[in-house]
Formats: sequence, structure tokens, C-alpha cells
Amino acid sequence: MSENGALPLRGKVLTVDTMNANVKKVDYAVRGPIVQRAVQIEKELKEGVKKPFEEVIKANIGDAHAMGQRPITFFRQVMALCTYPQLLDDNKFPEDAKNRARRILQSCGGNSIGAYTTSQGIDCVRHDVANYIQRRDGGIPSDPDNIYLTTGASDGIVTILKLLTAGEGRTRTGVMISIPQYPLYSASIAELGAVQISYYLNEEKCWSLDISELQRALQAAREHCSPRVLCIINPGNPTGQVQSRQCIEDVIRFAAKENLFLMADEVYQDNVYAEGCEFHSFKKVLFEMGPEYSSKVELASFHSTSKCYMGECGFRGGYMEVINMDPGVKAQLTKLVSVRLCPPVPGQALMDLVVNSPQPGEPSYQTFMKERTAVLSALAEKAKLTEEILNTVPGISCNPVQGAMYSFPRITLPERAINEAKAKDQAPDMFYCMKLLEETGICLVPGSGFGQREGTYHFRMTILPPTEKLKIMLNKLKEFHQKFTQQYS
Amino acid sequence: MYRLQSLAARSLIAGALDQCTPLTLTSLTGVRHKSQGPSVEKCGQMRFITAEAKVSAGRLGGKMREKTLTMDTLNPQVKAVEYAVRGPIVIKAGEIERYLEEGGTKPFSEVIKANIGDAHAMGQQPITFLRQVVALCTFPELMDSPSFPEDAKWRARRILQGCGGHSLGSYSASPGVECIRKDIAAYIEQRDEGVPSDWENIYLTTGASDGIMTILRLLVSGKDSSRTGVMIPIPQYPLYSAAISEMDAVQVNYYLDEDNCWALDINELHRAYHAAKQHCQPRVICIINPGNPTGQVQSKKCIEEVLHFAYEENLFVMSDEVYQDNVYAPDCQFHSFKKVLYEMGPEYFNSVELVSFHSTSKGYTGECGFRGGYMEVINMDPEVKAQLVKLLSVRLCPPLAGQAAMDVIVNPPQPEEHTFKQFHQEKSSVLGALAEKAKLTEQILNAVPGIKCNPVQGAMYAFPRILIPPKAVEEAKALGMQPDMLYCLRLLEETGICVVPGSGFGQKDGTYHFRMTILPSIEKLKVLLGKVRDFHIGFLKEYSALEMKSDLICKT
Repeated sequence: MSENGALPLRGKVLTVDTMNANVKKVDYAVRGPIVQRAVQIEKELKEGVKKPFEEVIKANIGDAHAMGQRPITFFRQVMALCTYPQLLDDNKFPEDAKNRARRILQSCGGNSIGAYTTSQGIDCVRHDVANYIQRRDGGIPSDPDNIYLTTGASDGIVTILKLLTAGEGRTRTGVMISIPQYPLYSASIAELGAVQISYYLNEEKCWSLDISELQRALQAAREHCSPRVLCIINPGNPTGQVQSRQCIEDVIRFAAKENLFLMADEVYQDNVYAEGCEFHSFKKVLFEMGPEYSSKVELASFHSTSKCYMGECGFRGGYMEVINMDPGVKAQLTKLVSVRLCPPVPGQALMDLVVNSPQPGEPSYQTFMKERTAVLSALAEKAKLTEEILNTVPGISCNPVQGAMYSFPRITLPERAINEAKAKDQAPDMFYCMKLLEETGICLVPGSGFGQREGTYHFRMTILPPTEKLKIMLNKLKEFHQKFTQQYS
Repeated sequence: MYRLQSLAARSLIAGALDQCTPLTLTSLTGVRHKSQGPSVEKCGQMRFITAEAKVSAGRLGGKMREKTLTMDTLNPQVKAVEYAVRGPIVIKAGEIERYLEEGGTKPFSEVIKANIGDAHAMGQQPITFLRQVVALCTFPELMDSPSFPEDAKWRARRILQGCGGHSLGSYSASPGVECIRKDIAAYIEQRDEGVPSDWENIYLTTGASDGIMTILRLLVSGKDSSRTGVMIPIPQYPLYSAAISEMDAVQVNYYLDEDNCWALDINELHRAYHAAKQHCQPRVICIINPGNPTGQVQSKKCIEEVLHFAYEENLFVMSDEVYQDNVYAPDCQFHSFKKVLYEMGPEYFNSVELVSFHSTSKGYTGECGFRGGYMEVINMDPEVKAQLVKLLSVRLCPPLAGQAAMDVIVNPPQPEEHTFKQFHQEKSSVLGALAEKAKLTEQILNAVPGIKCNPVQGAMYAFPRILIPPKAVEEAKALGMQPDMLYCLRLLEETGICVVPGSGFGQKDGTYHFRMTILPSIEKLKVLLGKVRDFHIGFLKEYSALEMKSDLICKT
């Protein structure tokens, strides 16, 4: 075009037509249009615009501190000491905090959290993580060489999926994910150009995972791709179920039989509330199934600083443990993570504290336990409360929130509302959530952002607001739902 | 022949040989004949894999179920990625360090890592004020402590007010904390003497690397001859080539002019562009200014030419300006691409798409571990911008501590504030020492026969050209490694100094270099440079002697 010397009006180099098509396909509802609108409304409120409510309640994202949860004092003390080591001389800081800070700093280059670490993460932190896993899993050995620190769990998940994505056409990697799912999975699959294979959780059975459904999904997918990975979220996000030991065993057997790489997202491992439920790590169950399985099934499991009782999302800390990974591939993984240099060091330090928390006999133990228990029992109470109140609303049915931080109730929408939504080219539950936001200030994520069975509608709400606020919110929701149903019937 | 055997005895090289079984002793003896080319080359392709093969030494014995994920089924783009700054030589350095720690003996007592721009690891002290603010943000109980200055408290309070629940532990908006974005825009405006900066064009990132990857990800599309081509300087910082490999884009090399102090030559851009057009669609040009690994600082005129070129050829401009505070040469000055674009007039300023990157990791703060950074995007299509925000949101947000550190860098103590004096003193002492070390490095290296080093005008590295005798080149090729890799490995084994071979950054065929940082303390740096000199002289001597010997053998 510049050949004849005449420059036409210079168009953009990068437009939606010329950009990476895979990026366009990415969807991430947790921060989608509804959240953008919520931010806008917040601004309007600040500017004095009159609304039928005074504040926006963001129940869209598992962000505990934003909902008023206090940080664990001990963790922040150590982090402050690591950041500003002059405080090591301050007698207001307990000795156990100082000891941990000194230990972390000693393994940092130049004794500073401002230095890069090895790409896999600080040595002593990886050792502490391995010890923690070993303790958690009743002595099943964990090798620090199998631990990789990450920038939040999301980073680890995307990295492992990146390794696994290969092939063209019918040999393209298929990734089995639960529906409903946490949209990081579908987003990464879209971005990597892998093939999403949906297996549906059984809503009637408290969102449990059904092996025959796995089999069905796999069989169907084999027609058009090469299924190689099975992702599990336990405890479930957005569905809050806690998998039974038996179910995990069945999944592992299935993965072994079908030659699937297992990815176990276990970031909610401390968030189990329902009586009779218990967290079982995939690693532990795998090893208890004997060497036939434990020496062959490839497994990556993920943890993070963002959830559980600490809720330190902003630090972007996390780790993954890889089991039975081909050594050549492991070297490639190390190389791949080295391009990003290292995960944020404050996040690594925080991860260390989570896996190496105060022990009985240490000065900070009591306060730590008190704070930890307070958070977890409040969450248990709110889990129960949410389920109970929602189930009193005609047209809403909510499974027990056994774990994690969300409820994912099913909502019945009148035919007329569905039609109106469709006319607006909106998912019906998006239409519902948008109206809820405009009328009550409550920000939830429509079920369509997580995936759901055709013709069913849901929303995800966190159980994180303080109990009093949660009650108000649930009652507003109740009123809204009744009004909405009336209006469209 | 005896030399090769003795080399093979060295651990790493032995490892490399294990992996190159097709390369038998017969082929080793025959390496000087061109006919042996293919097997040597085959071995060369395994370069990265070989060096990491140590990890795989314990491959599971016995016949087992095929793994789902193997080297054969791995994402081929991942396999193609190379990242020399943390490549085989650094892995080897780590091994030696552990060996020394365990009481092993070497001809040196410590490994000096001059491979990576990691200031704190080299003993640079953090800027007190920055750490005070971040500590206050981390543990707000310290707000009551009289030992923290009010200026720091004031900033910490402001940052916390911008955080959900007033905690660094909450997620921020995906583009970053709003007040920090505003501070960055104000900083850019001030730096660029009034050129407007809109805070909504600012995106916080997880170090600059993250931002660069994200923008490239948006840009890579098309198939075959319409596949996105990315123009990068050679030598380059290998993040670029690694990202291009990972995304399967097309790397378009333009060579910097070593004879002209690594300056960018506009004719070379034209050449590279037109050559690339034959097989891909060049859509992006990446510039690193001040240069990494080459340390040059671009003149204003040169930046103008680049921008004009980008304008004419419809290229998206990515300017990596993480070393903007690291300019040492008295006749050089940092000019931001944004400012120069503005000064070229509205025709340019309103149309050229530009993203510039900055970070907390370099400058005078050297806070690499916080993974803080930002990018400013100019003239980006609004719909694409929405796509960018969506893409960022999948990763939720950059680390908050890094965002806070970034805020301090763009909003440092002002002359009227109490902390100004100490801050200013710390800052000038870091930058003053770097300037001195830049000069020192250039001078000492240029005194060594067979080493030629351009002035280190800016950034943190010297990238000297080294003469490698033909015998050594031959030997390296026989071992399936780059000649400068052989050089750097021997330097490491014999002196404990860890530098990165030029081949990891790219260089003109037949030239050899290494990158070393100028970060060690002056005393240590002097020792280091002295050792490099002695090693180099010894290396030259050894191989020249060998040359003469083999000449003798040939003649007889």
C-alpha cells in the first residue's frame, strides 16, 4: 500500500478483526459485564445519584478481605518483618514471627525479598510446603523437587494446561472440566485453543461427580479431540460440594484407565463446613490406592494463599505439587516458568507461613488459633444460614454449602422473563442478575458464566459478607425474587 | 584428541556427551571435516535439553504405562522456548554453589552471579522509604509507631484506602488499584514535561515481563504468510524470543550496529521488514531502550526515525523502558517513546499504537522480587482495550505489594518532605555507583586483548565481544554447543563467575559475546573483571598453542 507512495488513512494495526482470535473467545464472568456495571453504580452513588440502595454489595468474588475479614495478625507481622527488616529490633514483634522472617530472608538473595528467587520458588519454602503436605496426608512422602511456587493458583493451572495443549484437529488436546466450573478453566482452554470437554455435576445429588457421566463425556469427545486431562475442583467452585473419598478413588481409577492427566484444584482444602464431610487430597487417596496407581497416575494439585481462613488474595501466592511427571517434561516446566523469572516473593513468604503456621508452645499460637477458628466457624455459620434462607424462597432451591465459599442456587425464572432476556440477547440469568443489581445493589454472577444444564438457571453468590450483612442481603434477595416472579408471571 | 577426552571428564560436558550418543568417538575425531556436519548439528539442536538432562537422570526404570505427558506429546511451542538468562549455565552455577556449600573444593570460594539483573542479590540495599511504605501497608498496626515517618504513613494510608477492605490481601481491579494508576499517569506527565497521560491507559502488571507477554498475546494471529511477525533487536533480551516461540509468532530479527555502539540503524529495520514480508506479516516492533543486553541509550533522532518507520509500515510499537532511570553516559539522556511521539505532532501522536513498559525491578530500587510494573497503552482500539481488560481479569490482578512498590517509585518523597534527604541520598548513591561501575567495566574489559566492549551508556549490563580462537570454536561445535557457551562454562568452572553467553541473546554469525551485569559491589567487580581478564588470556593462550600444535601435526 505504501508502494505507490500514497498513504491511505492509517488504520489501526490491532483491531478486533486482526487480534488473536483465541483471546476473543475468552470469557470470564467473575469479572464480566455485571461487575463492570457494579463499579459504575458505585461511582454513581459516590457522585450522589439516588438509588434504591446505599451501597453495592459485591458477592461476586471470593475476596474475603474486601468483605471485611481481618488478616491473620501473625502472617502480617512476619510479612512486615520481611519487608522492613529493621523491625527485627522492635520488641513489639513476637519471637516466633521474627524467627520465621529471619529464616525466609536467609534464603533470599542478599537477604532481601526484593531479589529474584529461583523460578521454582525459594528452597526453604518448597521444603516447608513438602513437609506440610506430608503432615496433611498422614505421612505420605512429598518431595520438595516436585513443588513449584506460583503466582496464585491460577498461574499454576494455566502453566500446566499450557504444557498439555498440543495436536491439531482430532488430535488436539481435550480438557475435561466440570460444569458448573470456575471460569478460569474455560478461559484458559479458549486462550490456549484446547478443546473443552464438559462433564456435568449432578445437581440432584448435591453436585456430586458421577463416573458414568465422565465416561459419557469422554466417549463423546473422542470423536473430535484427544482427551488428555481431567480437572477436578474439590471442594467445589462454584458448587460448594466436598467430594467423598470413594468418589475420588473412582475418579483416579477412571483417569488411570483412560490415561488422563489429573489436575486437582484444592484451594479450598481448609473450607469444609458440613458435618460428615472431610477434605481428602487426591495425592493421599492416590497413594493409598497402592503402587499400581501411585507410581503411574500423573497428578498436579494446586493450593493458594487466597482462600481458606487467610483470604490473602492480593499477595498472589500459591503452589503446585506435580506427581509422576516425566522428568524431561519437568525440566521443560522449569524452563517455562523461568521465563517469568519468579513468583512474587511476598506471596511466596506468605505461602510459607500458611504451611508453617504457629505451633503449640510458640508465643503466637493462641492468637493465631483464635483468629483462624473465628474465621472458619463464621464461614460455617454463614454457609448454613445461606442455604436455609435461600431454601425458604419459592422458586429458589439451594444445595447445602458443604465447603468452599459459594452457594450456587437454582432459580426458577418465569417464561416471560426468559423471553424478554432472549429478545435482549441476554442469558436469562444475566438478565435476572442485572435487574437484581440495579434494584438492590447486590452483585452476583449469573450461572451461565459457570455453565449449567440447558434450561436451568443459577447464580453464584459468596458467603463472605459479615453475618449481619449477609442476612440483610439474603432477605433483599428473597424480596427481589418474589417481586421478579410476580412481575413476569 | 586428548583434549576432548579431558573435557569430557568435566561433569556438565560429560552430561552433554551422554545425550549425544550418535556422536561417537569416530565422529568426534572427524569433526574438522564438513561431512560430519549433520550429526554435529543434530546434537546442537539438543542444546537446551542436554543441559537440563541432569534432572532426568533418574528416569523411571522398567516398563510402565505410557505417560500422558511426555516430551513427544508436550506442547511443541513450549519445547521451542529458550531462556538463556536462567538457562543451563545458571543451572550449573547452582550445582557448583551447592557443591561448595557441602564442603567441595574448587579453584574459587564463591560463585559470583553476574548473569541476571538482580541488584539486591548483589548486595544493593533497598530504598528505606519504599520498604517503610510497603511495611505499613502490610501491617497497618505500624501506623501508630513513631519510628515511621509521616510521609510514609500518608502514602500507605492512601494506598490502603484504594484497596478493598483497606487490605493488601484483597484483589484489586484487574488493571490495578485506581489511585496507583492515577499516580503513574501523573508521573508520566511530569517525566514527559506535560505530555498528557490518561490514567485509564495505565495497567499495572506482574513485572514488565507479564505486560509484554500480554500485549504480544493480543497481537499474535493469522496463519502462514499472514502470521504475525514481531521485530526484535538482536542482541535482545530473551523474554522476547521466548514469548514469540511460546505463541508461535514469527521472530523478525533486526541487528543492532555493534560498530556504532549498538545503535539502531533505520536501514537495517527496512531490510529486516522487507525480508520478513516474504513469509509473514510483520505487525509489531519491539525496542528496548536503554538496551538490554547492549546498554546503549537511543538518541532522540533515532527514536523519531523508528516511530516514523512504524507509522509508515503500520507497525504496533512496544517500547521496553524499564531502564529509564539507568543512564550513565554524560552525553546520553533517556527520551521516552511517548514524548517523542507527541513532539512529532498530532498526525503521529493520534495514530501510532504504542505500549511502553516500566517495572519496579530495575532503576535505583531493584525490587525484582515484588514483581511490580506497569504499561501505558496509547491509541489502542477501544474494543481491543476491552478485550485486554477481559484477558487481564482472568488472572484477577497483579500482586498488591508490587503495585504498592510501583506507587512509591512514581510518587517518591518531594523536596519539601522530611524523608526527601535520605531518599535522595540513597537514590543518588545507587545510581552514582552504577555509573562508576559502568565506566570501570568498559575500561578494564577493553584493556584485555581479544575483548572489545562498547561503552555501557545505560541499563545494567556489559555485552563485550570476545575473540574465540578457531580451535575452541571447533571444539565447541564438536561438543554440540555454542562456542560462547563453552567459553562461559569454562569461565564458570575455573573462576566461579557466572555470565550468560551471547548466543542466548542472539548475535551476528561468527561473533561471540557474553552478558555480564555491572551490579556487584565495586570491590567485587574489580576482582571479577581481573579474573575474567586472566581467564581470557589463559583461554587464548591455550587454544592458540593447540592451533600451532595441530598445524605442526598437519604438516608432518
